[in-house]
Amino acid sequence: MNAIDLRNPVSNPRDPLPGLRVAVTGGTSGLGAALVKALSCRGAQVAFLARTADRVHAAARDNKRTHGIVGDVARKEDIYPVATQILGALGGLDVLVNNASDLGPAPLRLLADTDCEELERAVATNLVGPFRLTKALLGALSASAREGRKALVINISSDAAVNAYPTWGAYGATKAALRHMTLIWNEELQGEGVAFLSVDPGDMDTPLHALAVPDADRAGLKPPETAAQELVDVIAGHLK
Amino acid sequence: MIFATNPIQRPADAKLLVVDGSGVITHRLRRHWLDCLRPGDLVIANDAATIPASLSGRHLRTGLPIEIRLAARRSLSPTDVECFSAVAFGPGDFHTPTERRPPPPAMDAGDVLELGPLRATVTRTLGYPRLVDIRFDGTPDAIWAGLARHGRPIQYSYLAMPLALWDVWTVVAGPPVAFEPPSAGFVLDWQTVLEMRRRSIQFATITHAAGISSTGDETLDARLPFDEPYRIPRSTARFVEQARRESRRIIAIGTTVVRALEHCASVYGRVVAAEGTATQRITEATTLGVVDAILSGVHEPGTSHYRLLQAFADRTVLEQAGRTMESLGYRTHEFGDSVLMERRAVSTLKRCAEDPRDRGFASARP
Repeated sequence: MNAIDLRNPVSNPRDPLPGLRVAVTGGTSGLGAALVKALSCRGAQVAFLARTADRVHAAARDNKRTHGIVGDVARKEDIYPVATQILGALGGLDVLVNNASDLGPAPLRLLADTDCEELERAVATNLVGPFRLTKALLGALSASAREGRKALVINISSDAAVNAYPTWGAYGATKAALRHMTLIWNEELQGEGVAFLSVDPGDMDTPLHALAVPDADRAGLKPPETAAQELVDVIAGHLK
Repeated sequence: MIFATNPIQRPADAKLLVVDGSGVITHRLRRHWLDCLRPGDLVIANDAATIPASLSGRHLRTGLPIEIRLAARRSLSPTDVECFSAVAFGPGDFHTPTERRPPPPAMDAGDVLELGPLRATVTRTLGYPRLVDIRFDGTPDAIWAGLARHGRPIQYSYLAMPLALWDVWTVVAGPPVAFEPPSAGFVLDWQTVLEMRRRSIQFATITHAAGISSTGDETLDARLPFDEPYRIPRSTARFVEQARRESRRIIAIGTTVVRALEHCASVYGRVVAAEGTATQRITEATTLGVVDAILSGVHEPGTSHYRLLQAFADRTVLEQAGRTMESLGYRTHEFGDSVLMERRAVSTLKRCAEDPRDRGFASARP
């Protein structure tokens, strides 16, 4: 019987992942780290972004065909240098995953007890950062679409974006804004072949969740690897 | 001509001089430039993003300050980022015009340059004090990070404030391979791209490593433009050949698009999906085989960009256009006003014969 070598990502010609150029923000923790790993195992070329240099370099060493970039989406000054590195390393871009998220106050607090600066930080990371980075990368994404690929931007959302959970104010409000912005991006740019998707990965066993709900029963939470696999399936499904 | 001193990509009052194929000159607001086009036209832009190509640092052997401006590279490959040709300057900053900047310390092959987090070795001197080949140490990712973090866009002495990367990033910018912005593309915003689709005007892109526009050294400037690698995507090649077959106009946004398409056609006999290096100069002696019209900045006589325009229009028409722009206060340079120039006679007459309702740009719309 012939064996199928699953380590060789180019073995399945119908798989759209090998060679796909993907950028992931928040790529060294939780869902982002799992997604970088899952994508690189499937043969995608991945550029990922995170704030801590040591962790970025370690993750780039651990995952083949990945390019680690140090930067903070919440900082305006970082956006174009980051875009330069993403596009420099990959030569273009097919998929952008805006995954980096800020919880707001940790531990969670009522909105009335949330510092304005905490809300501002959540707005910068969860809304303005993805907006800026998407704008900077839109030229490359639309070029990918013109070349007959299906360019895609995935913005990671949450059920807190649609439900009003007490104490999740900064996170929920900014994720709701991001979700709505995703819908508008999609309406405006679908004619150019760039699709925008909002994806809620569900409650995951991640550092962010532990910050928010320190005493959660982790057994009831989805492993980030499972959510990452689902996300890869979403990407593959869109590209087929 | 007046210098455009504000780094605004699309000022509301930007002007556009339209020169049609029969030499008729009209003037309008640039924001209405799409009204000069007609359904079926194919518009092609350069989607190169701009490398932060200006690197300040030290020449280690002498300890003297140096500014390196990356100016050329062999290919567009993401991993081919070790070796560049570069123009070097001595102390000073962008407020001093390049021609008055002191020369860099005398450099020999083997000299090491410390450029922020980057280290580079001079691999070759090229016969001019300002021009050298250099090779960066490190992995491609480390080089990209060093360029992105430490580099600045090449600056212009006529601007009051230093340029940031977002100032030179066109909306269609993709691979960071241009050394100075393909600034004709500043005219584009997404509304315009969407509007083109609504008006059945096709839009496509190529990637062309636009080189530096001036080195501050007359002898060196006479050698511009340097060889520039380019890439023509399959979809763009298909659009171009379709438009040519159907005698639809091909409109280049910027000189780099003309250079890439014409180079490709001269090598292969037609425009194909290809990576190549444009080595030719386009001048009054060039017969254009692909491009019917160009949207470009306002260029001054004596520059390589101006000579390229001479491939589109006769000297007398260009001189008349120059006088008109002078009298109407057109602004020159990267953030200045624009010209839309159709190639002389042949194409217009051919097109007009096909559709007598269209007589070039100027009367395409009331």
